[in-house]
Amino acid sequence: MSVLRPQKKKPERSRRKFLAVAAVAGGSVALTSCGNTDDTPVPTGANMRPYGERAPQEKIRRTIRELTASPGTGSSRTPLQDLYGIITPSALHYERHHAGVPAIDPATHTLLIHGLVDKPLVFTLDDIRRFPATSRITFLECGGNSVGEQGGKFPETVQGSHGLLSGAQWTGVPLATVLREVGLKPEAKWMLAEGADACRMARSIPIEKALDPEVLLAYGQNGEALRPENGYPLRLIIPGWEGNTNVKWLRRLHLTDQPAMSSKETGYYTELRPDGKAEMFTFVMEARSVITRPSGGQKLTSHGFHEIVGLAWTGRGKIRQVEVSVDNGKTWAEAELQEPVLPKALTAFRFPWRWNGEETVIQCRCTDETGYLQPTREELIAVRGLYSGYHYNGLRPWRIHATGEVQSA
Amino acid sequence: MHRVLLLLLLLLIPVLVQAQYELGRPATSKEIQAADITVMPDGRGLPVGQGNAVAGEPIYKSRCAVCHGPKGEGRKGEYPALVGGVGTLATPKPVKTVGSYWPFATTVWDHINRAMPFNTPHILPPNDVYAVTAFILHLNGIVSREEQLTEKTLPKVAMPNRNGFVPDSRPDIKAHR
Repeated sequence: MSVLRPQKKKPERSRRKFLAVAAVAGGSVALTSCGNTDDTPVPTGANMRPYGERAPQEKIRRTIRELTASPGTGSSRTPLQDLYGIITPSALHYERHHAGVPAIDPATHTLLIHGLVDKPLVFTLDDIRRFPATSRITFLECGGNSVGEQGGKFPETVQGSHGLLSGAQWTGVPLATVLREVGLKPEAKWMLAEGADACRMARSIPIEKALDPEVLLAYGQNGEALRPENGYPLRLIIPGWEGNTNVKWLRRLHLTDQPAMSSKETGYYTELRPDGKAEMFTFVMEARSVITRPSGGQKLTSHGFHEIVGLAWTGRGKIRQVEVSVDNGKTWAEAELQEPVLPKALTAFRFPWRWNGEETVIQCRCTDETGYLQPTREELIAVRGLYSGYHYNGLRPWRIHATGEVQSA
Repeated sequence: MHRVLLLLLLLLIPVLVQAQYELGRPATSKEIQAADITVMPDGRGLPVGQGNAVAGEPIYKSRCAVCHGPKGEGRKGEYPALVGGVGTLATPKPVKTVGSYWPFATTVWDHINRAMPFNTPHILPPNDVYAVTAFILHLNGIVSREEQLTEKTLPKVAMPNRNGFVPDSRPDIKAHR
């Protein structure tokens, strides 16, 4: 019996309904309502499926929010509070689109690499897959994750506040390998990466990063082809950099001598400072951590032992330390990092805790291998003001009420 | 014997630094031209063409105003404003629009050409893109109603926030223990 349960009662009701339906269906699904510790005979189970599905009782899902009145311009958020480990199931990976999800035929899709190169080339998906491949586990986070918190808007759940964050294992060819095939001219200093979506989303990447062996032309996500909403059939993966630079549905790489100053690197994904200037080409996602259980919208149903669990991540390498406070920031103690601790990947942490039933505030903070310590919201605002928006990485405290209810603090 | 080895090594060097896998096929100049829509801030990549706000107004009214409003004012919470906000960036109520925030006029042209109109992108011919760009810049008081924008003049348009951007200063926050 779990001590954590969502405050909404709905899932339970639908489970009961399912049980009733299953009973009527007469054994087409193997389900026993009396548990499996007695000797009640169990009927033969269901048949195999060519492509698996989760158990029908499991209902967690992304939450979808459009940013304009036109569908296809918004995002969907990962239910971090309900997940385990450091890999987000592909069906629950966050999405951020600027003009919907394009339907691309992998048989005809090509990648053109041109501009300041010796030999402009066109690659089919088969060509790309013939290169020596590599796989890498990374986090991906939207530059605009938690965009409202700086200004004092705190969503009810961690899915709402941090859900533009996911972890996956990506497979592909290092971009540097493919750039060697075209041969770069010495004047090539930037690379414009362009998607095949309706808005031809485009970002300029400095050449040093394009040649970084950890940057991938990826066609695999968690062991199978990319999901359409995550760039099928080909995308850029730049570990540790803001999600928007990891251009999806990649169709063109243009080697240039300077950045193209696309709308997504000038009008958007730039951070306004208090002095009215804005910082641009702010690529790295700085260190961040958050408690995912218990978190906003959940309820502790009894006093006593609760394991506090959460995630930490940094675009600058590995997470060195996560600390947890269960007394409103008065004292901090080190949490256990769960292996594997990988660079530029989600790192899971655990912290044993006994709740005495009194109201308190719990929170976490992380330090990465560069020594950078995650700031409080106040420390962040003192430097950046209220309107930089992107790249917010302040602490996220949760208030545990005496009733056990958990809320944004 | 050593000389032979050295000669072999010298012969190998170009192989080592150049293409190893010989995958992909050469791109023709025709297909590069068809796919290449990059526009640089100095105007490289802009097609030959022209348009002014007079020509742009009816196109804007029929294709853009439904979302962005007849005067580029946008619809709060639904579609971004294109006009206004100059002088607000350092105030407690900053308003970021094409007029107040975007540093290059070429970016306006490029964004329309890439992504607009939202439901039917890539249908405006170059002269229409110049004209709509001119109309939006005119709504912001940046160009006159008659001024013709061309591949030569567009990059020279002085945007109000041209010098408003600085490089990444992070790590900028020193958190305390």
